[in-house]
Amino acid sequence: MNNSFIQINNISKHFADVKAVDDVSFEIKEGEFFSLLGPSGCGKTTLLRLLAGFEYPTSGNLLIDGTDITALPPDKRPTNMVFQNYAIFPHLNVEKNIQFGLRKLGLSNDEIGKRVKEVLSLVKLEGYEERFSNQLSGGQRQRVALARALVRQPKVLLLDEPLGALDKKLRDEMQLELRTLQKNIGITFVFVTHDQQEAISMSDRVAVMNDGKIQQLSAPNELYKNPKNIFVSDFIGETNFLKAETKSSDGEFINVSIEKLGVFKIKNNLNIATNSSDVVCSVRPESMMISKVKSDWDICLDAKISQTSYLGEMTRFYVETKGIEQLITVSSQHFDNQSFENNKCFISISLEDISLLNKK
Amino acid sequence: MIGFLKKIYAKHDNVKAYSLLSPALILVILAMIVPMALMLSFSMFTQVSMMEIDYTFTFQRYIDFFQKKLLVTLLIKSIKISFLVTLITLITAYPVCYYIAFYVKKNKMLWLVLLTLPFWTSYLLRVFSWKIILGTKGVINSSLINAGILSEPLTFLMYSETAVVITLTHAWAAFALLPLYVSLEKIDFSFIEAGRDLGLSRFEVFWKITFPLSLPGVIGAILIIFIPTVGDYVTPALLGGTDGRMLSNMIQAYFGKINNIPLGAASATIMLTTVVLITIIVSNVTKKLTQRLT
Repeated sequence: MNNSFIQINNISKHFADVKAVDDVSFEIKEGEFFSLLGPSGCGKTTLLRLLAGFEYPTSGNLLIDGTDITALPPDKRPTNMVFQNYAIFPHLNVEKNIQFGLRKLGLSNDEIGKRVKEVLSLVKLEGYEERFSNQLSGGQRQRVALARALVRQPKVLLLDEPLGALDKKLRDEMQLELRTLQKNIGITFVFVTHDQQEAISMSDRVAVMNDGKIQQLSAPNELYKNPKNIFVSDFIGETNFLKAETKSSDGEFINVSIEKLGVFKIKNNLNIATNSSDVVCSVRPESMMISKVKSDWDICLDAKISQTSYLGEMTRFYVETKGIEQLITVSSQHFDNQSFENNKCFISISLEDISLLNKK
Repeated sequence: MIGFLKKIYAKHDNVKAYSLLSPALILVILAMIVPMALMLSFSMFTQVSMMEIDYTFTFQRYIDFFQKKLLVTLLIKSIKISFLVTLITLITAYPVCYYIAFYVKKNKMLWLVLLTLPFWTSYLLRVFSWKIILGTKGVINSSLINAGILSEPLTFLMYSETAVVITLTHAWAAFALLPLYVSLEKIDFSFIEAGRDLGLSRFEVFWKITFPLSLPGVIGAILIIFIPTVGDYVTPALLGGTDGRMLSNMIQAYFGKINNIPLGAASATIMLTTVVLITIIVSNVTKKLTQRLT
C-alpha cells in the first residue's frame, strides 16, 4: 500500500483576499477512507474542488499516485466526484447517466454494457436503467451519482457531503453501505462533511479543518480522546470547558489550577507552557459520574441539577456546582424523578479524563 | 339575490371560474374571435367590383391563392425570412445569455436591462433608424466610401431581403434574450462540472449537457420570434423594397389599394394556418426532447 498516494504540498487557495485554503500539506494513503471535516467555510470543499480540478491552487502542488496533477483540467484527472446535489443529468435516464463517463474511455459496447451492469448491481439499482432523475428518491439519486463516478474506475473518489440531503435513517444506512462498498472495491475515498459523527464513524483518518488550515489529522478515536486544540475538542463531540492556569511542571505532569476547584496534577501531553493563563481544561460529559452519594474519585463535587433531558438510551444532566454555571454530564444509569432529593447530587471526575489544551 | 348567487357559487365551481374569467373572456371574444370569424367568412365571399361583394359562400378564393404564383412565392419567402431572423437571433443572443448566466457574478439584472434598453423605444423609430444606418447615404455606406474602401455604395443593404432580416433580427432580439437567459440561468453549474469530471471537454459538455438543458428556452425563443415576424409588414414595407416584400404586405394591399377583401382574407387565413401548423410541429417535436427538463 502506498502511504503517500495523494500528496498535498503547501496548497493555498485565495479568493480575492480570503484565504480559503491556507498552506496545507498532508498525505492520503492508498485505499484509505479519508474525511475532511469542519464547519461551513472552513475550506474543506475548496480543498476537494482543488483535487477534482474545478479550482486551481494559488500556490503549492498536488500529486496523485506520483503524477503531478496541479495543472490538469478535471477531465484529465484520475478522480471522480459525487456531488452534493448529485448532479444527475435530468435529460438522460439512469443508464445513459452512468454510460456518460465511459464514452471517452475508448471501451467497446460490450465492455460498456458489462461495466454499467456491474456498477448497477454494486449500488443495488438493477432494474432502474430507464428511470429519469425526477422518478428517483433521494437515496436512489445518491446511488446513481455513486455509480456514475465509480463506473470510470477512478483512482480516487471524491465525495462532497453526499449524505447531507438524506433523512436521518437513510443517512445511517448509507454510511454503513458506503463504508462497506469502499472496503470491497478498495478505491481511495476523500469524503467531505460537516457532520462529525459521520466522519468519525466512517473514516480511517480524519482531517479537521478550520480557517483554511488543518487543525488535527488523526484516526477518529484519537480525535476524540486526544484533541490537539480547543477547536477540535469543541467540534468533535460534546465537552465541558473549565477555566484554568498552569503552574510549575515536573516533566510529564504539570500543576494546573482549575478555577473554583483547586490545583491538580495533570498529564501534559501537548507540552503546554508553565505559568500560562492561556489554557483551558476539557472534560467529556460521559467521563464524569453523577451519583446520589459521595465517591472516592480524584474530584468529587457537591452539585445541583438545574435541568435534565431524557434521551432514551441515556439522560443528560445540566448541573451547577461551586459557582461553575453549567456542566453537562450524561448517564446511562436509570434515574427516576425522585432519585435526587432537592436536585442535590455529586459529580465525580477522574484526573486522567481532564485534558489540558491551549486556548489558541 | 346575493344569497342566491352565493348558493350557486358554492354548488358550482365552474360558474365561479367563468365569472372570474368573464372580463378577459369578453375581451377575447370581442377582439379576437369576432374579427377572426369575420375574416373567415369574408374569405369565402367574392369581390365583384370596387364596392360590391357577392356574399355567396365559395372556396374559390383559396384556389385563387394557390393559383397565383406570386402569393405562394411570398408565403414561402415570409417563412424563409422569419426562419433566417429566428436563426440569426438565436445564434447572436445565445452566447450573450450564456455569458450573463455563467460569467457575470454581480448585477445580472443590470446587464439584462442594458441589453433590452433599445427596446424601450418605439418599434417604428427603430425601423427608421436602420434606414439611416443601411441607406445608400447611410452610416455604413458613407463611412466605407469616405474611408476609401468602396467607390460605389452597397445597394444590397437597403430595400432588400437583407435589410428586412437585419432589422427584424435586431427588433426581436430582446424577446429571445429573456427566455434564453432564464433557461440558462436555471442550469445548475454542477451539471457542467459533472460533465467535465466525467471526462468531457468544454465543447463536448456544451453540446451534451448545457445545450440540451437550455432547449426549453431555445424553443420559447423560436416560437416568440417566428410567430410575429412571419406576419410583420412594417419592416418589409419601409425597408424591403421589392426584394424584401412579404405576404403580409400583399394582404395589406388586398385590403387597401387592390381592394380585394375576400382574397386578402383568404391569404391571411392561409398564413395563419401555416404559422399554427409550424408551431404545432415545432412544439410537438420539442416536447419530446424537453419533457424531462421542466
